[in-house]
Amino acid sequence: MLHISPEEIAETLTMITQQHLDIRTVTLGISLSDCVADDADTMASRVYERVTTAAERLVPVAESIEREYGIPIINKRIAVTPIADIAACREHDLTPVAVAMDRAAIDVGVDFIGGFSALVHKGIGAGDRKLMDSVPSALATTERVCSSVNVASTRAGINMDAVMRMAEVIKLTAEATAERQGIGCAKLVVFCNMVEDNPFMAGAMHGSGEADAVINVGISGPGVVRAVVRSLPEDAGLTEVAEAIKATAFKITRAGELVARETARRLGVEMGIVDLSLAPTPAEGDSVADIIEAIGVGRCGGPGTTTALALLNDAVKKGGAMGTSSVGGLSGAFIPVSEDAGMVRAVAEGALTLEKLEAMTAVCSVGLDMIPVPGDTPAETIATIISDACAIGVINNKTTAARLIPAPGLGPGDRVDFGGLLGGAPVLSVNPHAGTVLARRGGRFPAPLGSLRN
Amino acid sequence: MKTRAILSVLGEDRVGIVAAVATALAETGTNIEDIRQTIISSVFSMTMLVTVDEDRTPFEDVQARLAEVAETIGMQITLQREDVFRFMHRV
Repeated sequence: MLHISPEEIAETLTMITQQHLDIRTVTLGISLSDCVADDADTMASRVYERVTTAAERLVPVAESIEREYGIPIINKRIAVTPIADIAACREHDLTPVAVAMDRAAIDVGVDFIGGFSALVHKGIGAGDRKLMDSVPSALATTERVCSSVNVASTRAGINMDAVMRMAEVIKLTAEATAERQGIGCAKLVVFCNMVEDNPFMAGAMHGSGEADAVINVGISGPGVVRAVVRSLPEDAGLTEVAEAIKATAFKITRAGELVARETARRLGVEMGIVDLSLAPTPAEGDSVADIIEAIGVGRCGGPGTTTALALLNDAVKKGGAMGTSSVGGLSGAFIPVSEDAGMVRAVAEGALTLEKLEAMTAVCSVGLDMIPVPGDTPAETIATIISDACAIGVINNKTTAARLIPAPGLGPGDRVDFGGLLGGAPVLSVNPHAGTVLARRGGRFPAPLGSLRN
Repeated sequence: MKTRAILSVLGEDRVGIVAAVATALAETGTNIEDIRQTIISSVFSMTMLVTVDEDRTPFEDVQARLAEVAETIGMQITLQREDVFRFMHRV
């Protein structure tokens, strides 16, 4: 008996063929705890061996699931233990480890490998310092390695020394990749309240609370949600809009849950989480900004944007939470400027500014994401943009992040173009009134009262 | 291993669509459990519930055989495991 109606089958096929329903990423988390070594070269070769062995079947298995279920899996990726945690080698430069990660990623056929990372929200250890100092060279000499550094948490506050250091690292990374408009910074994210099971790049890493190997899946589907919202009449109430988004998020999440279970089963590893983030791509129509406009804002960035985004984010979570019992990762709408054609259009028209993006950060997932800023933006200004994002995360007990690209030699209105999923965007202007004193004070922004929960 | 799957066929109506699809299924040992078929303004739409006998013909080979049929008769044919629809449309 056919228990599924032909209409439901047609709906699924339309979602896939016309509305960009896909699984954004199947990410294999791999523990590197057994790769510690006295010298960087030995460590690098152990990392290469471990990653290529554990991930050998990832791409073929994901591809066969894609074919059998008819749902495209756009990216197959790897996340590893934060490299700073295993950086016991005597050398200071960890670039050879990044090179080994890059080679492993190429050899197993994944497009990105995350985990060139450190967690320094409370203090900077020896391994952490090595890692932060190695980031510019590591990102300039590799293609597929992603780096992330956690500088703040609700339980610890904001490590302002780490924030300032990361602002300098961002500037150095932009300079080290200046011939490609600072693309290294597109693979470098600074976090507050980083999560241990995020499948999305550039912030994926394999946390210490995880099993040796685990499959985490990131769903997608802004195009599907936009199509559903657009199909509603303009006088439909917001309750109706939220309901429609919720029902759609459920279906998208179920597809993710199925792919996560099946991939984990076939690889013989644990299934970790399904990340309910709506992740846009530069493809026309696959845009979170377009959903905000479909909900009824004239142009993304205009008044009402925060309302629409908050509604979207909440409805996606409510529908998604019914679709899987393993919600995790970042689970919130992404608003990466250069990766979202609608955001790019809004910036070009002057509707969307850095300040509005900061407000949007308060109600959704990783906020100041993929934002090209003028190449001559002072490190102190970058540091305080990051600390503002962190303050929102620390006080509101949520993940926030900044992925800023100070595009070398470019100013407001000039365009960067990274190609592929990283997209391109006009350089946003930055408020010049940051001063230099706050960023240079250093020390720690104390953990807020709200963190005292025990 | 028996795998339940949904087969959908979509395109301009013509003689021999059902015959071509059914022949390919029979050749691969795939059993038809249920069929729904309609024609709306000369667009042919057919949905089948089938069971693929993977011990006899692997899933991907059945898909490949159906892709050949799709090419020959100029229709869009997809074969997907049934669980994806069950997961997406049922709590």
